[in-house]
Amino acid sequence: MTAALRFDPIRLPEKCEQLRKEVRAFLAEEIAAGTFDPHQPNREDTDAPEFSRRVGAKGWLGMTWPKKYGGQERSFLERYVVTEEMRVANAPTRRFFVADRQSGPVLLKYAPEHVKMDILPRICRGEICFAIGMSEPNSGSDLFAAKTRATKTDGGYLINGTKIWTSSAHIADYMIAIFRTSPPTKENRRHGLTQFLVKMKQPGIQVNPIGQITGQYEFNEVVFTDYFVPDDHVLGEVDGAWKQATSELAYERSGPERFLETYYVLTELVRAVGKNPDTRSAEGIGRLVAQVHTMRRMSVSVAGMLQAGKEPVVEASIVKDIGTIWEQQLPHRVRDLAAFVEETATNRETLEKQLSFAIKTAPKLTIQGGTTEVLRGIIARGLGLR
Amino acid sequence: MAESENIVVETAEKIFADLADAQTINHDKKGAWKAPLWQALSEAGLPLAWVAEDCGGSGASLAEGFAVLNAAGRHAIAVPLAETMLAGWLLEQAKISSPEGEMTLAPATPKDRIALNADGTLSGRARSVPFAKAAKHFAVLAGNSIALVDAAKCRIEAGIGLGGDNSDTVVFDKTEALTVKPAPKGFDQAQLMLMGGVVRSLQIAGALEAMLEISVRYSNERVAFEKKISKFQAVQHNLARLAGESAAALAAATSAADTIANSKGFDDAYFLEAAAAKIRCSEAAEKGGAIAHQVHGAIGFTIEHILHRYSLRALAWRDDFGSESYWAVELGKLVADRGADELWPLVASR
Repeated sequence: MTAALRFDPIRLPEKCEQLRKEVRAFLAEEIAAGTFDPHQPNREDTDAPEFSRRVGAKGWLGMTWPKKYGGQERSFLERYVVTEEMRVANAPTRRFFVADRQSGPVLLKYAPEHVKMDILPRICRGEICFAIGMSEPNSGSDLFAAKTRATKTDGGYLINGTKIWTSSAHIADYMIAIFRTSPPTKENRRHGLTQFLVKMKQPGIQVNPIGQITGQYEFNEVVFTDYFVPDDHVLGEVDGAWKQATSELAYERSGPERFLETYYVLTELVRAVGKNPDTRSAEGIGRLVAQVHTMRRMSVSVAGMLQAGKEPVVEASIVKDIGTIWEQQLPHRVRDLAAFVEETATNRETLEKQLSFAIKTAPKLTIQGGTTEVLRGIIARGLGLR
Repeated sequence: MAESENIVVETAEKIFADLADAQTINHDKKGAWKAPLWQALSEAGLPLAWVAEDCGGSGASLAEGFAVLNAAGRHAIAVPLAETMLAGWLLEQAKISSPEGEMTLAPATPKDRIALNADGTLSGRARSVPFAKAAKHFAVLAGNSIALVDAAKCRIEAGIGLGGDNSDTVVFDKTEALTVKPAPKGFDQAQLMLMGGVVRSLQIAGALEAMLEISVRYSNERVAFEKKISKFQAVQHNLARLAGESAAALAAATSAADTIANSKGFDDAYFLEAAAAKIRCSEAAEKGGAIAHQVHGAIGFTIEHILHRYSLRALAWRDDFGSESYWAVELGKLVADRGADELWPLVASR
């Protein structure tokens, strides 16, 4: 029999609510100062380095990490609150989000001490931006087909090959990437890949922007030509990157960013229908609110499990599977209901602009960071089907 | 299945496992399973779990009772356990002692109203009352009063619901009550319906968990095209979706139950949790049940197979105490009335 899925009703502790107030007050000040417009969701076009530093100064980056690396040693549930408030406000988080969520924890676990002391405090201060180098022109979901080579040389490795769909590579200071250090073995096709810390903006790396259907240039092709990475930038076991991937995925897959990406259209719809919605609008809004509430309860539950030191890989994959499908469908459901919004609604134009952007964004949501198909494979394995 | 860490829940689980085996019940055309199951539940004090000891009950906590009913859903229990517990809970609100035996509650839909007449009798029609035919007493909410009524004093128009259990119309025609007492200040029919809705949500979540388990098991046994059907990616992905629906239902239902169990009063957050549970669990019953049937193929469509015990009950439970579309309209109105900028604070408050 398969192990039961657990989604215990975890509640955020009281101290989270004080923090939430601080985050909201901070964001309100930033909005008032014109740093960003909460009604303009296309934050991926906005690189806001000063905002990033101010968030760092608040102590909200790397907030769960040890103090000696610049962290605050606060809980995952507190980080959850900061993340969801930033997301819902459409704050320009691109510069720090990947480093805070993913790259920092990888470095904490696998980087040598002097590298940690050098880089982690700078992440916490909001000074540096990270990219993740996974996909290649001929390996996307099939991560272990990666071919970009890291060849051993004196004191380090020479990198040759191409990464692709690399978000923020054009502004990133560092990338954490997997490269091939050995061929796969007969017994284990996942063998032979190693995780590296790569310093960007150096000779030997060429970043070519790729246009997206939203009109933005957020992801890139990154070409490495005899690019040198020193030995102390190897992260973890040589040839053993496959062992290091799984537990981190639970963090990456279950956060509020996995169902709130297009949430703004729901807020704007509620504004457009006004105080007395017709039955159809009321029902539509009621269902969407019930669904987003449920998604959030699931996501908070996984955050609680992570805080308790568990590795809820299947539960996290479920959150991303149904969360990303929900946020992908949301603009279409809101569009259905927007057809009945009165011409006199003052925010009609804003809603239409937002819908146009959200509908264009929607296709990527079930692809980035693990496709629906990959996630369902993981869930199926957890159910004992594979 | 969830590990129970509580004696009340463990007791219920044991009784369900011993006396409510789905296969046995499905083959028992005469209903011989019913009396021993009810007797064991009664002896364990479960039907009156939510009634204080001084009102004739066993004084279990709301949380324990909710966990019992989630387990009852996992076993598709077809005796009025949930209904008697809810009736006892309703009577308890007015400190009316609960009698022994099966009970149910009226009204069971948001739109039916029972009136308390000036002479103390009750009038009105309550449709879709679950297990009215099997009940010895009714707990009735009539305006601002709560009443205990002898079932024999009412006219009952029997009906069978989607799940195969009784879903009857109860007619009160100047019916004398055994006891009538005022409901607590502020207690209204919406709160009763939401409490019933959360119970149904927990039962649906339980049924989905069972459907996932038996569907996974079947897919690992059934061979087609020379391999187990669990090895086909299309089947795996369908089962992953069923797991998602089951998980969503469980999360929504247990969150709402936790809210009620720890509530300090009825407010917008309480309303959100309870209404959202009924909406999301009902949606999951439709989507998840369809997948469970798809995985089983024709065999799951037969009366001999146990799948329908879960799938049809889960669909039937959607209708009790207000359907998902009813609560979606109510929740949508509440959200609109609070205004756009108060939506996220409400969601984030949970």
